[in-house]
Order: sequence, then structure tokens, then C-alpha cells
Amino acid sequence: MKKLTLKDSEYEIKKGKILRVRKMTAIETFFEIALPGGESLDHEPGQFVEVSLFGVGEAPISVTSSPTKRGSFELAVRNVGKVTGALHKLKEGDEVGIRGPFGKGFPVRIFEGNDLLCVAGGLGIVPLRSLINYVIDNRRDFGKVEILLGCKTPKDMLFNEEVDEWNKRLDVKLNCTVDKADPDWKGNVGLITSLIPGINLKPERTFAVVVGPPIMYKFVIKELLKKEIPERHILVSLERHMKCGLGKCGHCQINNFYCCQDGPVFSYDKIKNIPEAL
Amino acid sequence: MQYAVLKKEYLNEFITRLAQDQKVIAPVAKGYNQFAFEEVKSGEKVALDHIPTILPPKKYFMPQYETLATYHANSSQKMNPVVECEDLILFGVHTCDLAGIQCLNMVFSERPKDINYLIRKSKITIIGYGCNDYCDEYASCRLVHSHTPNGGYDLFFINLGDKFFVHINTLAGDEITEKTNLFEPATPADLNALAKIREKKREIFANEVPVVHERMPEMFSKSYDSNVWEDLGKRCLACGNCTNVCPTCYCFDVTDEPNLDLQTGKRFRRWDSCQNEAFAKVAGGESFRKERSARQRHRYFRKFKYPMEKFSRLFCTGCGRCSRTCMAKINLKETLNQLVEEQGMKNLKAGRETE
Repeated sequence: MKKLTLKDSEYEIKKGKILRVRKMTAIETFFEIALPGGESLDHEPGQFVEVSLFGVGEAPISVTSSPTKRGSFELAVRNVGKVTGALHKLKEGDEVGIRGPFGKGFPVRIFEGNDLLCVAGGLGIVPLRSLINYVIDNRRDFGKVEILLGCKTPKDMLFNEEVDEWNKRLDVKLNCTVDKADPDWKGNVGLITSLIPGINLKPERTFAVVVGPPIMYKFVIKELLKKEIPERHILVSLERHMKCGLGKCGHCQINNFYCCQDGPVFSYDKIKNIPEAL
Repeated sequence: MQYAVLKKEYLNEFITRLAQDQKVIAPVAKGYNQFAFEEVKSGEKVALDHIPTILPPKKYFMPQYETLATYHANSSQKMNPVVECEDLILFGVHTCDLAGIQCLNMVFSERPKDINYLIRKSKITIIGYGCNDYCDEYASCRLVHSHTPNGGYDLFFINLGDKFFVHINTLAGDEITEKTNLFEPATPADLNALAKIREKKREIFANEVPVVHERMPEMFSKSYDSNVWEDLGKRCLACGNCTNVCPTCYCFDVTDEPNLDLQTGKRFRRWDSCQNEAFAKVAGGESFRKERSARQRHRYFRKFKYPMEKFSRLFCTGCGRCSRTCMAKINLKETLNQLVEEQGMKNLKAGRETE
């Protein structure tokens, strides 16, 4: 059988050079990556890339940097599988393969002029950080910005220094909570849902963006609806195994949606009757 | 010439001449009433009036194992995307399988396009074949309107007894008739014989399940929480046979394979199945279709509900392969009948001539 080289394959990958590696927690590592010649990844906040290591495979990873950061982009990767395990062994100067960006990100243009409530549980901060920094870099285009962060213990908190920076800003309101505190923790203790009743935003002009583990969504959405935030103003980002990123391979399918093409960001009104979504 | 005839005694010679300068694929008997598409050099082994082959011809459009890219450690993470393809003539493709290929065409030409599939497709010539009678009791081709051809072929053969009536649908088909030089123009008598066959077919093929074709997506919408899925879940062995043999199942897995030198290797895709538990699992361990009942439901919904919304057509071709191959005897017609009963959508007139 003939084997022809393709110039227009969707499986073509770009070389990504690792500029910076930083260990974040025991299981999460931060990577800053540049494409050849400083080419822009040209992503939207909330989109993902397929990160490839030949001989190991590909894994879908959320882009954590804002597109306003030029020249390179950032990923924060948890060591949970074959590819992410191999990624954790890489060092500065090493290369990875990059395909994408893929999917529908957060509808930032629709957010403009409105207030924003970002709710991040655990690793949810990784994709949400791309949105938060995008909003901060275009701060006057948005209304009030309130961020709720939650994780298991203070040790699991990601982007600590940056979160501190956000906290110092007068144009961003930030609240953190942990499920289980340690002696040094000065913040809230309890589930992230406990922070929602205290927020003070006008529901009709508020967009709530929720990213976290699957279990979190139902409880957070319930609290947001109690606050009378309209269903179509609630955005979630769903986790699935997006293998091809092209709406074909079937692994990420949620009933009639392909998470990699129709998502990963969905508005609640679109998925509330989709039984496999949450 | 749009209609032609080929005398049956010339079939062998026809295939022999075709195979002289191109690879010809046709259904061949494998024993135990099993058939398979494979390369033939003459017409001797070709089995035309067969039950659907073990695997549908999708294996030529979307191979079970296909290299997508090759790599070499010297060029670091850069890969070389490739397509494996060859010129093929598929002979004896039944109307159910033509429908299956049409479904796959839609999927892979939808953006983002799958260039590997499209290149392979452009190198395949299709000669269809019409069934004058049911292959066996598993077929439900009348229900999904695939018992008659709806295009998707270059040439189409219909058995008129001592000869084949041939519809020349494309220039590629015409070139085959010219090149092999065994065809004669169809006469008014041949057209008459064809009309008779068609009339007889209308008598033989009746809706296999008493439901109106157009109402099936609605029926499925209503039965998402049906007990039927629980029952299937209890019986299903999650082996994935049904999806492997389905002409419209196209899910795949992408994996890397290093060569022994550890310097070179390839990224390939191979058929995967939504019936495997790990299929909808994410790295954190969560599985989004843990129950076999949910996975069986997913399979049915991917045939009768979701593609209707996306492509305006059912993705079941009525070939019956899933039922024939199921070790747990999960039967598509039986499931549909149960749903019809449960949803009170029985319509005995469905699929009659009035439709």
C-alpha cells in the first residue's frame, strides 16, 4: 500500500519548546511553551491543546495562560496518566508536540460590559486562569469581577503568588476556601458552595463561570440559580477525554454533543436537559 | 449509454479483466455461511447473493489499523503526517453497505475534515449490487429505506436471472464498461424485466418493525429512561462486536507505537468501541458511561437519534450485522419492537406502499 505524505493533515503537530518548568504541587507542574519563531497559539480563554510526545501519545490539556500573553503559552498539568506522567519528566529546553487549539472557549465578547463571577474548584483554576488574566488585561471592558477559589487543603492551592496579586487588586474581589485547613491557613474553611450566598452581584448582568471536578457542578449551579442568575449566564467547562479534538473519535461524546468541538465550555441552559453532561 | 446488461457467463471474465490492472475487492464465501470482502483475481469465488459480510466495506475507507503520522527522533517532536491508500474497485456492495458508506462520507467530510478518509475515498470505485430478496431474518433494510439503492455507486448491478441489469451512474463507471468491453445496451425487454423485479421486491420487502420511519427519533427521545436499556445492560457482555461490524460505527483510538530501534515509530488509529468501559473514562478515573445499559443506549442513540439531528439521516442501514454477531443475542429488531410497544407507536400501515 502507498504511503503518501500529507501537507494538510489535522494530525500535523507543531514543535513546542519548553521555556520554563515549575513544580507547583506534588502532582502538578507548570510549563511555559513557545511555538517555532514565536508563532502565536491564537487561542481563546478556555480552549485546549493536544500535547504530544512521540512514542507515548497525546493528551488534551487546557491552556492556562491568557491570549493577551504573547510569544508563549502556559499549561498546568496534573500527573495522572501515561502522557502527563511523561510530561512531568521534561525539563527546560525539551520539546513537546502541540496540536490545536481546539474547542469552544469562554464567550468573552458576550461577557464584555457585564459582571463576572468565576468559581474554580481544584484544578478548575487552570482553565479559568486564562479567562481571569484575559479579563484583568482588558479590565475596563468588564464590570465587577469576583473570584471564588476552593480546594481540598492549602497545600493543593495552585498559582499562589498570582492569586495573591489578584487579591491585592482593587478591581478584583477574591475569596478562597479549603475543605480542610492547616494551622497557617487564615481563610475560609468549607465547601465552595458556602461562598456563593455572600456574593453581591446583580444577577441579570452577571455571568458565572464554573470549572471544577464533576461532583462540584450540580451544587454550585443550584446556589447560583438561588441567586437568580439566568441559566444561560452560567457557563461550565466539562472534562472528557478529547482524543482527536476533531469531533470524530467519539471518546468525548456527551449525548449528541462532542465535547471537543461543541465544548468544552457550555452554557447551563444548553446542557441542563442533556443527561450525560453532569 | 446509461443502462446496460452483462450476461452472467461474462461475470468471471469481467472480474478477470478488471483485476488485470487494478485491485478488485469482492465478497467471498468463507464457510459456515460467513462472507468477507477480500481481493479477487477472477469471478469464480465471488459470492453475490450472500448475507452481509462479517465486516462491512468500511474497512477499506477507514482501516482497522491506520498510520496517521510517522516520527524520527532526529526531527524531535515533529511528525510526518501520512495517508495509506491504494486504488481499489469494490464489487458487489449491497445497498445496505452503500448506505453505510454514505453515512461515513458525511462524518468524515464534515469540518474539520478527515483528509485521510477523503483521500482514500477518492481512490475507491464502487460497484453496487441489489438484493432481490431478504438475506435473512436479521435484516431490517426496508425500515431504514436502504433495501433499494439511493446513489453512492459508480455502477449498480441487478440480477435479472441470466444477466445483470447495470446502471451506469458515473463517468468512472462508464469507463469500466468501456474498458472491459463485455456490456451490451439494455433493451426494452430488459427494462421490462427490471420493472418486474422491482414490483416483486415491493411485495417481498415490508417494514420489519411496525413503526413509521420518520417517527423513530421521536420514539427514541421518549425512551431515554426506558427499562429496555436495563434489560440490554444485563445481557450485554461489552465485547464490542456490534460496533466493530457496524457499517456506520467510526469511533477510534489514537495510540503511538515505537519501532524496535526506539528511534522511529508511528502514531496510528484503530477502531474503538463505545461498548468498552474505558471508552468514556478520563485520566482522573471518572467514567462517564459506566453502566453497560448506558453504553448500549448510547449505541442505539447514535444510530437512531443523534445523527438525525446532525446529518438528517438514520445511521442504521438495516444490515443486521450487530444482531447476527451478538453473543448475548441482543437483537436490533427485537429492541425496536419493544420500544414501539412501550411507546405505543405501533403503526401496522407503516412502510406499506402508501408511504
